[in-house]
Amino acid sequence: MAEFIIRRALQALLVLLVMTLLVFFGVNVIGNPVYIFASSECDQACLTAIIEDLGLDRPIWQQYLTFLGNLLQGDLGKSFTHGIPALALIFERLPATLELAFAALVLALGAGLPLGIYAGLRPEGWGAKLIMAFSMVAFSLPVFWIGLIMILVFSVQLGWMPSVGRGETVDLGGLELSFLTLDGLHHLVMPALTLSLIMMAMVIRLARAGMREVLFSDYIKFARASGIRESRILGVHLLKNILIPIVTVLGMEFGGVIAFAVVVESIFSWPGVGKMLIDAIAVLDRPLIVAYLIFVVFMFVILNLLVDILYSVLDPRIRFGGQER
Amino acid sequence: MAPVLDLKALNTGFFTAAGEIPALRDVSFSLGRGEILGLVGESGSGKSLTGFSITRLIAAPGRVTGGEVLLHGQDLLRLGPEAMRRVRGAKVAMIFQDPMMTLNPVLRIGTQIRDALLAHERLGRAEVRARAIAALDQVGIPSPEARLKAYPHQLSGGMRQRVAIAIALLHAPDLVIADEPTTALDVTIQGQILALVQRLCRERGTALIWISHDLSVVAGLADRIAVMYAGRIVEIGAVDDLLDDPAHPYTQGLIASVPTPGRRQARLAQIPGRMPALTDLPPGCAFAPRCPRAQAACEAMPAMTPAGEGRMARCLYPLTGGAA
Repeated sequence: MAEFIIRRALQALLVLLVMTLLVFFGVNVIGNPVYIFASSECDQACLTAIIEDLGLDRPIWQQYLTFLGNLLQGDLGKSFTHGIPALALIFERLPATLELAFAALVLALGAGLPLGIYAGLRPEGWGAKLIMAFSMVAFSLPVFWIGLIMILVFSVQLGWMPSVGRGETVDLGGLELSFLTLDGLHHLVMPALTLSLIMMAMVIRLARAGMREVLFSDYIKFARASGIRESRILGVHLLKNILIPIVTVLGMEFGGVIAFAVVVESIFSWPGVGKMLIDAIAVLDRPLIVAYLIFVVFMFVILNLLVDILYSVLDPRIRFGGQER
Repeated sequence: MAPVLDLKALNTGFFTAAGEIPALRDVSFSLGRGEILGLVGESGSGKSLTGFSITRLIAAPGRVTGGEVLLHGQDLLRLGPEAMRRVRGAKVAMIFQDPMMTLNPVLRIGTQIRDALLAHERLGRAEVRARAIAALDQVGIPSPEARLKAYPHQLSGGMRQRVAIAIALLHAPDLVIADEPTTALDVTIQGQILALVQRLCRERGTALIWISHDLSVVAGLADRIAVMYAGRIVEIGAVDDLLDDPAHPYTQGLIASVPTPGRRQARLAQIPGRMPALTDLPPGCAFAPRCPRAQAACEAMPAMTPAGEGRMARCLYPLTGGAA
């Protein structure tokens, strides 16, 4: 296990290094951030001063090495527009995004698993057909469209749901969370549901497929022939087997959900990192964009590592794979 | 003595868009306490389905359509789902063919034994553990305590089948249905498993239905043999009578197809043709098209008729006991 983790960690470092190269040079090609700082009366001397101040007068490889050196010390630079460290800005906004993503994950699993299991148990019934049709639609429709329609129907027409912001939040150990207040929960429902739909559709399909496969296996027949209660067979003997592919896919998907909550956050003006990225791109806040991208890569790498570990917990054949040979 | 199991005219069918496919017809036999019945036939003859019909675990679209399954005089076909669950594992247990597949790959052996125990008894932690260890010990698994923590893939095929047998015998059932449990094992292991099951069933007076396509395995194990062909029992009788002196031509063909040591030169007898598909059964004796003794009268279904002491055969022109 230790060897496995070290090997994966080294791979992760390499991925990070390559990503810093891509991100840093990529972002440095677009636009000229100097004009963000320059007022309309700024003359050449003033512009030069700004360029020197930002360190943009040095060769790009020197800039990169400086960036890399700072990165190793946990410094991703200061946001041009906010004037505070980019990383601090990300961490300030992150709880909102994490909350949204977790809420979406809980919804996807909480609704998707039972629906998928039901559809797998009675594949010929009307219920199953309805569930599968729903998963197909949820999978195919663009997220932004669903979000907009939800706002149109529930906020504009019916006026039941708020469409902007997080609502009232509670400070829990330094984290601002909205799901603990009624108002916050009210604000959370629509964005979380929008964000969860694709994941939910995936969980439904994976759970159903898993059920169809495991349900006819000899070990389920044997469990039934041993008189084990159906609830126990479903909840443990079946579930543990179908969870293996679901955990894998969700783990990978979850990184994507956090990283690309951008769309949902923009639609619902959710003050998370996704919204922050869009704003940063609009004003060409280079350090913030770079910091965000590096952060996302880092998160993906960590999540994948976690999935691998969790996967081996669920599936003993992987955990002990090395010992048998 | 009242029989443990009494199967009366069991009919099972599969329901498809094209109508019912008759998979089992008029399957009747009874089994006394501690008796071992070998249920023999080719693939598709309905021998496994007979087992699943008794425990009512046939997968859709299959369904038992008629007859009675009397366990100590109680018809299992009339029980509700919960009452039936209480029968499975406690009174009637099953062992399956492939030991690689019968244990859940993601649950520890101990967990699987515990679940099977708690399905029928209320036990504390320590009791569960003691019972599980005793069960594994009894089927000859070395260091059973350590095995409780093991996962199925860490055990060999023979060991897994022993675990399955231990689970099947946990509640000292009256009847065990063993569906080709040695077919997937090495020959040496086969012998061990056979001896083990035989000993355990004898010790407790457990009746056993041993389903197999291998006549030679059944010959050494069973008290009686029932031969199935195309969903019906064609002959049933005590093992020695039936093997020495088969009444039904199909039984004779089966026996002749088993290679005997010391007869290397002789050409192995074969039964020409193959079993008709269940969708395409002749109205009369299903074996008639392949039977050397068939005559015009065989186009009507023959009934099970006595063919000697304690024997029955479904044949109008049996080889022994009867008219011919």
